[in-house]
Amino acid sequence: MRIVGIETEYGITDPDDPRANAILLASRLVSACRAELGDLSARWDYGGEDPLQDQRGMRRDRRYATADLLTDAPEYSEAERGITLRRRRGSWEDPAHLNAVLPNGARFYVDHAHPEYSGPEVRSAHDAVLWDVAGDRIALAAAARYEAIEGERVTLYKNNVDGKGASYGTHENFLVRRDVDFDALASRLTAHLATRQVYTGAGRVGLGAHGEDAGFQISQRADYIETEVGLETTLRRPIVNTRDEPHASRQRWRRLHVIIGDANCLEVPTYLKIGTTALVLAAIEAEDERLDALVLADPVGDVRTVSRDLALETSLALASGETATALEIQRALLEICRDYARDGDDALVLARWESVLDRLGRDIFEAAREVEWVAKLQLLGRLRTKNAGPDGRPLPWDDARLAAADVQWSRLGDGFAFRLAAAGAVERLTTDEAVAQAETNAPQDTRARLRGAIVAGRPDIVDAAGWSTVVLDRDADHGNLEVVHLYDPHEASHPLLDSLLRG
Amino acid sequence: MPQVNASGQPYEDDAPEPAAAPAQQASTDALDDLLDEIDGSLQTNAEQFVRSFVQKGGE
Repeated sequence: MRIVGIETEYGITDPDDPRANAILLASRLVSACRAELGDLSARWDYGGEDPLQDQRGMRRDRRYATADLLTDAPEYSEAERGITLRRRRGSWEDPAHLNAVLPNGARFYVDHAHPEYSGPEVRSAHDAVLWDVAGDRIALAAAARYEAIEGERVTLYKNNVDGKGASYGTHENFLVRRDVDFDALASRLTAHLATRQVYTGAGRVGLGAHGEDAGFQISQRADYIETEVGLETTLRRPIVNTRDEPHASRQRWRRLHVIIGDANCLEVPTYLKIGTTALVLAAIEAEDERLDALVLADPVGDVRTVSRDLALETSLALASGETATALEIQRALLEICRDYARDGDDALVLARWESVLDRLGRDIFEAAREVEWVAKLQLLGRLRTKNAGPDGRPLPWDDARLAAADVQWSRLGDGFAFRLAAAGAVERLTTDEAVAQAETNAPQDTRARLRGAIVAGRPDIVDAAGWSTVVLDRDADHGNLEVVHLYDPHEASHPLLDSLLRG
Repeated sequence: MPQVNASGQPYEDDAPEPAAAPAQQASTDALDDLLDEIDGSLQTNAEQFVRSFVQKGGE
C-alpha cells in the first residue's frame, strides 16, 4: 500500500485542577515522555516543513498567514538528496521540552494546547492501526511518568470535541503521486470523505459546534467542517485540506492531509478509514471516471446530514441530478475499488469494507463490535433505558450523564471504549504483544526505521531528526552539522546511517 | 430537513433503540457488570465533570 501516517491530538486535563494551563501540561507531558523512553535527546528538525504552500499551486504570503499556520522554522529550503552541511543553530531554537523523536519513528510533541502523537510512516492499514494504538500506550506511559515526576495527575482523551465549541484533530496523511491534478483529486475524493463516517464515526452526544441542541450524531468532527477545499486546519476547516508539504521529493509526491476524520478508540474504524481511503486514492491516480458519477451537489451540508442520519436512509443530491444514500455511495466506491486491489492486504480491506456495509444496511447494531458510533450508541442506549423516567421515557439526550459518558468513553487507559475492548465486547485487530513491540520499534519497511533506530541507537551523534531529515553532529570542531536527506519515504536504508548504526 | 424527524420534532429521541446484541452472549455478563459500574460512576458529579471538561482548539 502507499505510505500513510496518522496524527492524534489528545484532549488533556488535570482532573484536580480543571483550570490548569493546557500548554504547560502538554509540554511537561512531552518532557515526561522523553524521560520515560530513556532521556531522548534528539531535537525535532523542521527542515522540509512548508505549511504555506498550497496544493493548488499558490503560496500564502507569510505576512497574511495567521500565526497558527506558522508551524515551521523560517529557514525552509529544498536541498538536493544526499548530505548537506548546515551551520550550527542557536540553542534557543526548538526548546527540547516541546518535542520528542521516538525510537518507534514517531514524534510526540506540543501542538497548540494539546499533546500530539504523529505516528511513523507505514505501508499497510493494519500497521497504521498498530502504530496508532502504540501511540496511545506511549501517551499513557508518559502520563504515568508525569504523575511520578510532578506529583500531580493528568488525564488524556482520544476524542475531538469538548462540547463547548473547541475541536482538535486526528489527521491522516497519504502519499499521492505529484502528477495527479489536485482539483480532480479534490472533486473525486470528497464524496468518500463525506460518507465514510458511516463506519469511521466515533459518535457524539450533542448537535451543533457548541452542543446547542440535544441529540446523538455519528461524527465528532462533522459540525466543524465549514468549506469544501482550503489551506486552514483551525478555522474554516475544509473537507479537503490543501497544505502542500510533502515531507518527500516535491517532484514526485504530494502528501494528502485529511483533517475530517474522528479520533477512533476502536481499531476497525482506523483500519477502514486508512484502507478504504488509500484504495479510493488509487482509483483517483488511475483517473477512474466512474468516480465522477458520485460527486455530491452540496458536500459540506451532506457531512452534517449524514452525521445526523442514524438510520442511514437519507438520500443525498448528486451533481448529476440523481440521489443516493451514504451507504449506496460507499457501496459504489467499494465496487470501483475492487479494480485497484494489489495485494492480500488490499483484499482484506475490501472484504471488511463490504461486510461492515452489509451489516450496517441490515441493522446498524449488527456492526456494534466494529463501528465506534454504533458501539457508543448501544452503550448509551442501555444507559438511557436503565435510567428511564417514571413515564417510561428514556433518559433525554441533554442529560449530563450522557454527555459525561461520551467524554469518558475516550479516556485513555480506562475509558469505556477501552473497557469494552478488554471485556471482548468490541473487536481488536492487534495483540498486546505486537503493540508493545511497536512502542519501541519502528516499521521496518519505511524510512521511519532509520529515524527510530538512529535516535535510539546513536544519541551521541544525533542533533535532530524530522520527517525527511536526520541531522548529525559528529565532529565538534568543524562547526557544521551534517543533514542527511531522506526524500523517498519508502527507502528504509541509507549507506551512511546504516554504517553508523552498525557501529 | 434531515435534522428533524417525520413528525417535525428535533432529532432527540429519534435514535434507534438498541436491541439486545445477539452474537455476544458470552460477554453479556461482563457488559452488564460494566454497565452497572458506569451507571454508578455517572450518578455523582456528571454535571460538574461535563462543565469542567474544557479544551482549547487544536490542529
